[in-house]
Amino acid sequence: MGRMHQPGLGIFPVWLGKSRIMNTNTSSVNVPQAAYGWQRILLATAFIYPVWLLMVGTFDPAELSIGLIIAVLTAWLSKPHLHILDAIKWHPAIALYVLVYVGVFLWALLRSNLDVAARVLSPRLPINPAIVEVETHLRSDLGKLLLANCITLTPGTLTVDVFADRLQIHWIDSTPGRDMTHATASIAAQFEYYLSKFIK
Amino acid sequence: MQIIGASLILLGTSFLFLGALGLFRMPDVYNRIQAGTKATTLGSLSVLLGIAVYYPLWWPKLLLIALFILLTSPIASSTLARAAYKTGLRPYRAALDKGEG
Amino acid sequence: MENFLIVLAFVIGLAALALAIWRFFAGPTTPDRVVAADTLAIITTAALVWLAAFFGNSIYLDIALVYAALAFVAVVVIARMIEPDAKQADAVSSQKEAD
Repeated sequence: MGRMHQPGLGIFPVWLGKSRIMNTNTSSVNVPQAAYGWQRILLATAFIYPVWLLMVGTFDPAELSIGLIIAVLTAWLSKPHLHILDAIKWHPAIALYVLVYVGVFLWALLRSNLDVAARVLSPRLPINPAIVEVETHLRSDLGKLLLANCITLTPGTLTVDVFADRLQIHWIDSTPGRDMTHATASIAAQFEYYLSKFIK
Repeated sequence: MQIIGASLILLGTSFLFLGALGLFRMPDVYNRIQAGTKATTLGSLSVLLGIAVYYPLWWPKLLLIALFILLTSPIASSTLARAAYKTGLRPYRAALDKGEG
Repeated sequence: MENFLIVLAFVIGLAALALAIWRFFAGPTTPDRVVAADTLAIITTAALVWLAAFFGNSIYLDIALVYAALAFVAVVVIARMIEPDAKQADAVSSQKEAD
């Protein structure tokens, strides 16, 4: 059933590239609205359908077809928000970058947990918190969302708020007197590098 | 094999406990969010992995729960931190830091 | 041996629940209580999955999934509720100016 859409998947890079040049928003001029909405829904369905498959855990034809209907319906209902998907940079190696990003993310999660565990268990409770601001080069909402999520799960940092070009971060270990701008830049830099490979 | 699963579950609950202990010990709301979110995220993932060792056939739903926790837990904590900041709660010792800097 | 480990895990989980519940009642601010509720929800999700394994019944996994989803929505909604709404504040101040 999914095979029917396979030729369509190949054209995603093209239309997304076009939309990037035209700086697409909902009130774009000579582009037929339906075309954009339609392809976004298809892409969202491709994200939602696997969730259904994981939930039912079978390949029963009845479940597969009902799942497809529900996935399309869910994507259609969330249409007003689907423009965030335009931020994905499509290129052949995208799967590789996503995998590397997930690996970095899980490693940071592990380190952050050990870090928090050590702080909690230490009798003196060695914390030195402050709220700092970090600049980001990611411009899209989706990119900033993923970066904020990453920072929240990194050792000792918690995203408090997101502005146009910077993130407000609660930092558990900000030793007074250290070079703050330099130290804070390193919080986001690593994730930003990997994220910028596949998201604007 | 079963002993690996049991150890993973034990490790997971230990992290859940550390998260709750952080919630108990930390001096202000932001640090509590940090401890409460991070440790419990890895803790529950570890428990899920341990259960997956016991019941390998359940992996699709366990993976779904794991993905859900991994994606929503930082969002919940960030939303909460922002709400706390906007209601005017300032981090512990922030005034002191400003004075020294 | 592994039965012992599982029972030990259960006891540690109970202790974690007790600490989180203590923070929920002790406060002192609303965000503190919501953090405690969030932590309680994650512990409960893990406990539901543990129950699924204990009874050998995968229906508890669905309950855990729905519980996690509802808890997340609840935390976000409460967080948005206690956050002073910027638009509302603007409306109030502009009304004051009009007065």
